[in-house]
Amino acid sequence: MAAKTQGFQQQRRISSLLVNLTLTIICIIWLIPVVGLLITSFRNSQDIFSTGWWTIFPHRQYVNTRQIIVDPSINLDGNFQVEGITTNFTDLRNGVTTPNGEKLTWYGNKRTRTIGVAELKWLGFSTNMTLQNYLAVLGGKTVTFKDATGRDIETRGPNLGGAFLNSLAVTIPATIIPILIAAFAAYGFAWLNFPGRKLLFIGVVAMLVVPLQIALVPILQDYTRLQLNGTYLGIWLAHTGFGLPLAIYLLFNYMATLPREILESAYIDGASNFTIFTRLILPLSVPALAAFAIFQFLWVWNDYLVALIFLNPQTQVVTMALASLVGERGQDWHLLTAGAFVSMLLPLAVFIGLQRYFVRGLMAGSVKG
Amino acid sequence: MEKQTAINPKNQSLGPFRWLLVNLGRILLSLIVPVITFVVLWQGFIFLRDSHAPQLVIVLVAIVWGVGGVAALFFVTNWLVEQLPTRWSQMLQPFVFVGPGVAILFWFLALPTIRTLILSFQNDISTQWVGFANYIYAFTERVMLESFRNNLLWLIFGTFFSVGIGLVVAVLADRSRFETIFKAIIFLPMAISFVGAGVIWKFVYAYAGTGVGMQEVGVLNAIMVALGGKAQPWLTVAPWNDFFLIVIMVWLQTGFAMVILSSAIKGIPAELLEAARVDGANEFRVFFSITIPSIAGTLITVTTTIIIFSLKLFDVVRVMTGGNFGTNVIANEFYLERFTYGQAGRASAIAIVLLILTLPVMVYNLRQFQERRAF
Repeated sequence: MAAKTQGFQQQRRISSLLVNLTLTIICIIWLIPVVGLLITSFRNSQDIFSTGWWTIFPHRQYVNTRQIIVDPSINLDGNFQVEGITTNFTDLRNGVTTPNGEKLTWYGNKRTRTIGVAELKWLGFSTNMTLQNYLAVLGGKTVTFKDATGRDIETRGPNLGGAFLNSLAVTIPATIIPILIAAFAAYGFAWLNFPGRKLLFIGVVAMLVVPLQIALVPILQDYTRLQLNGTYLGIWLAHTGFGLPLAIYLLFNYMATLPREILESAYIDGASNFTIFTRLILPLSVPALAAFAIFQFLWVWNDYLVALIFLNPQTQVVTMALASLVGERGQDWHLLTAGAFVSMLLPLAVFIGLQRYFVRGLMAGSVKG
Repeated sequence: MEKQTAINPKNQSLGPFRWLLVNLGRILLSLIVPVITFVVLWQGFIFLRDSHAPQLVIVLVAIVWGVGGVAALFFVTNWLVEQLPTRWSQMLQPFVFVGPGVAILFWFLALPTIRTLILSFQNDISTQWVGFANYIYAFTERVMLESFRNNLLWLIFGTFFSVGIGLVVAVLADRSRFETIFKAIIFLPMAISFVGAGVIWKFVYAYAGTGVGMQEVGVLNAIMVALGGKAQPWLTVAPWNDFFLIVIMVWLQTGFAMVILSSAIKGIPAELLEAARVDGANEFRVFFSITIPSIAGTLITVTTTIIIFSLKLFDVVRVMTGGNFGTNVIANEFYLERFTYGQAGRASAIAIVLLILTLPVMVYNLRQFQERRAF
């Protein structure tokens, strides 16, 4: 019996080790892309192009130690001796390793007659870090240069700082407005009686999964007519419209479960619906409101499609600024990585801070169109 | 609350003259308050549209104006309705509460569905009826067929791996002491935009090109080279580039699946699992015979959510390849047709196709709702 328990325990230990090992591997895979981004955003642009971001960690690498000038008398067309090994030009171009671990590489063409010698050495943590990338990305400085005909051309650098402010101006109202409207509507659906109540709510449920692409073409027509294109009001309304079904649905589910007695006693005390709603229902619904708020905040902040269609370059948000940076400066990793991190900063902070509410909101469970 | 009950009886005891005066005052007030609200809000709108104030000022004004405006509108409308005789106010008040929400839903989702349907039978600038021409285009054009194929790949592989890995992590984390850390790491990408994730993964897939002494700075190519392979331009080689894009979606969506499945797993009664283990079932048996059936409902919800998500997918493709190299998807083709080629009719037809693809889920939602008997 004792042996059996021991065997069982050992089996348990092994399985727990396996579980943790598997999870660790998955988590490392999950983290590597973000870590790479974060490190790269603090490196000099030359370093980014010459070495991978992982080289900032201690590692062994060939470091150039000295140079050999090949004697002019040596014919380079055939094999020749250098550093005690016999080799030729083509091999040296690609790098040759000597028995004592040094690496010989020919510089440039044959006429240079120079061979670089590199040794494998341990390198410690790289401390060559900079904040320059962030300043460049946030600044939005104007850069002038001359084009082929000699005219001055002005281009504005990526102005993620401005886009960040625009994102705030879009996201905060586009989060609060739908919550306000949905909370009123949810209260109406849950506690007030009026003709067409059920039918209207079925409509709300049906809208839950309608893809927003369906609305873009007609709404753009309306906005052009109303001159709402590129305005904050336009995009607030659009995000409100697309977020409302889920908001009403979630808040209704929550408010409908509040105990009837509280409302009835308040009503008997002579409180109006408006007072009951603002003084009683709203404070009681804070968990549901918070859950949807985080949902909507992340959704609006991270949205690209709606912003792309309803905003213009003056009011562009961070996702637009970042996407155009990808389009225009696709290889400038020092700008892209810093820009991406700027765009992630706020949603990550909100998300990590309020994760609990977010999960609860997901549990209340639904799909958004 | 107490105040109001105190005032009401007093009103009835007033003389006829004062009664008239009070009511006239009320009517006047009822007119003035909305007018003032409207003027203030309109001024705010004009300021935001035309002002050249520093951006920070505009942003702050916008936030206050937007949020305060909606609150003020609710407050004033409700106040107006409460001024009416009780019978009227009781009849109208529900619509003050529900009205704005329903109106916006109608304007932004219900009506556009019908309008898009009409547009889809019209030509590129919506001046002529063209019958089913746009739908024929949507179902026969080469680029559309490619998009359908790719969306199918996204749907199958994206959903399978998101839900699969999510389930594995949820089950394993449940038995680990470091559950919260593991789950937080997998969940983290949920907060990142697709555009941001696009940059992150573009860097993972970075390809330096060929040349002497070229250093690969992308992780994937560095690993390839270290293992003795050749660096590849991952994002331009069809059909594999589709899968490299799908990886991004899996990276973002696994956390969502994991969190919901994890809470469902926690809901399984411990006795049930213990009983099975005592009866000698091994862990795999327990997983397939008890865990999976117990969370089947949640599994379906998560899967449909991610399926819908993969149907509407746009940002990743837009940012990473622009739909080139054989990676186009329906939502990106919708965008291209409408905003690059100016084909409103075709774009509308594509949007309707997307709607039709999500219809089964809509019907399922409605049926679930009916069964719940919430009303």
